[in-house]
Amino acid sequence: MNTIPKKSFAQKWHIKALVWTAIVLALFIASCAMTGVDVGAFLTGFNQFMQIFYEMLKPDWSYVPFTIKPIIQTIQMALIGTLVGSIIAVPFAVLAARNIVTNTVIRGTIRFILNLVRTLPDLMLAAVFVAVVGIGPMAGVLTLAIFSFGMISKLFYEAIETIDMGPIEALTAAGATKTQVVWFAVLPQVYNHFLSYFLYTFEINVRASTILGYLGAGGIGELLQRSLGQFRYDRTAIVVIGTFIVVVVVDTLSNQLRERLQ
Amino acid sequence: MQEGTPIIEFNDVNKVYPNGTVGLDNINLTINKGEFVVIVGLSGAGKSTLLRAANRLHDVSSGEILIDGQSIVTAKGKQLREVRRNIAMIFQNFNLVKRSTVEKNILNGRVGYYPTWKTIFGLFSAADKQQAAANLQRVNLGEKLYSRADELSGGQQQRVAIARALMQEPKIMLADEPIASLDPRTTVMVMDDLKKLNEELGITVVVNLHSVSLAKQYASRVVGLRAGKLVYDKQIGDVQDGDFDEIYDGKNQEVKEA
Repeated sequence: MNTIPKKSFAQKWHIKALVWTAIVLALFIASCAMTGVDVGAFLTGFNQFMQIFYEMLKPDWSYVPFTIKPIIQTIQMALIGTLVGSIIAVPFAVLAARNIVTNTVIRGTIRFILNLVRTLPDLMLAAVFVAVVGIGPMAGVLTLAIFSFGMISKLFYEAIETIDMGPIEALTAAGATKTQVVWFAVLPQVYNHFLSYFLYTFEINVRASTILGYLGAGGIGELLQRSLGQFRYDRTAIVVIGTFIVVVVVDTLSNQLRERLQ
Repeated sequence: MQEGTPIIEFNDVNKVYPNGTVGLDNINLTINKGEFVVIVGLSGAGKSTLLRAANRLHDVSSGEILIDGQSIVTAKGKQLREVRRNIAMIFQNFNLVKRSTVEKNILNGRVGYYPTWKTIFGLFSAADKQQAAANLQRVNLGEKLYSRADELSGGQQQRVAIARALMQEPKIMLADEPIASLDPRTTVMVMDDLKKLNEELGITVVVNLHSVSLAKQYASRVVGLRAGKLVYDKQIGDVQDGDFDEIYDGKNQEVKEA
């Protein structure tokens, strides 16, 4: 006869799940109370919102020519930032991959640095770089480069950890150096992954760089800030539409390219 | 062929894996230049471990392994790479870089002869590129030079792997279950290729096989392993049909027939 093991008391009454639900609920209510979230304020502000929205329904089309250059600058910032960040990410990703670097000290140090970089929010980086290199696209490029570096290095070392180890063995057996093993057996296997991550990060960076301008880091975001500051919501509308078009176009192109890379 | 000149010597070699599994148990084995040695034994008997110890893809726990009189156990860095350069290896899963072309895969066998920076810029000499094409023709795949490796069938991939191995201009060819994932027809092709290298180029060949019948067909010497121990070692002329029961313990009849 098959004897089914007896459930313990905690298992039988789902004590764990109940306790966790209670804890989450308590935290939610407590944080609402402490931060003073007021749903009412949102409703009273709604009229204001409708008014701005109404003004935005009448876009100032004559403003379009002024947005072309900042939009191009936004894309350029995203492209350069992504390129610089992702190229620097390659050696770090290789050194962080468990199947390539067996030395836990080196790997641990590299991963620690990568984790540290990823914890920095891009808006904070932008604020810092605007202070360091001044207002303008340079600050945006640096921000995006560091953001791309953190993101791609993580995605990339995880891709490296899934490769077929066979070619590595073959190259090692042929008397290759470590660098040659990486170059000939590892990178060809993850080349497509790399391009795909590059495009994905570029997509994210185009979106991010529209906002970075708000902090003075160049691109279309500067116009957003200016028009809002001048209460020219008809111009804001143009900026929003322009951003929308650029993001959609870049996303679509990048998605199609990435599908072909599969 | 210079019969009797040792090229691979295992002296009291032991290998214990970190989890306590005994891989090799006091192996003493001398392989001479020009021999075609087939190693037989059950899965887990230590065949792969033995081969991978010979080019130090695996480290051994104790003992000495001499390649052409030079220790590979203590070799380091450049010295180790130069010893490895003389020992080609082919694998059960071919171990080609699937996304690269056949030509690139074959040239991979040559990287040990170049400084790292030169190979990274792809600066292989015209002579080596010529040799890559010639080696591919030797295994009758000349027209596949610019195909991607993953477009080829298993048998073709294994022959590309042989062409790659030949780029090393090796003295020794190790083959770890080279035909385990191939059908019977391509099995014969690959084994014939190995035999040709042995006879025409005088390369010492050491092959792990499951199949006793193939061993008897191709080997000049048969070595048997069981549970990491060397339990059998005879020249092909002395091999008796009943011998293999000892290696396989009479348990694995179907493996014998394969």
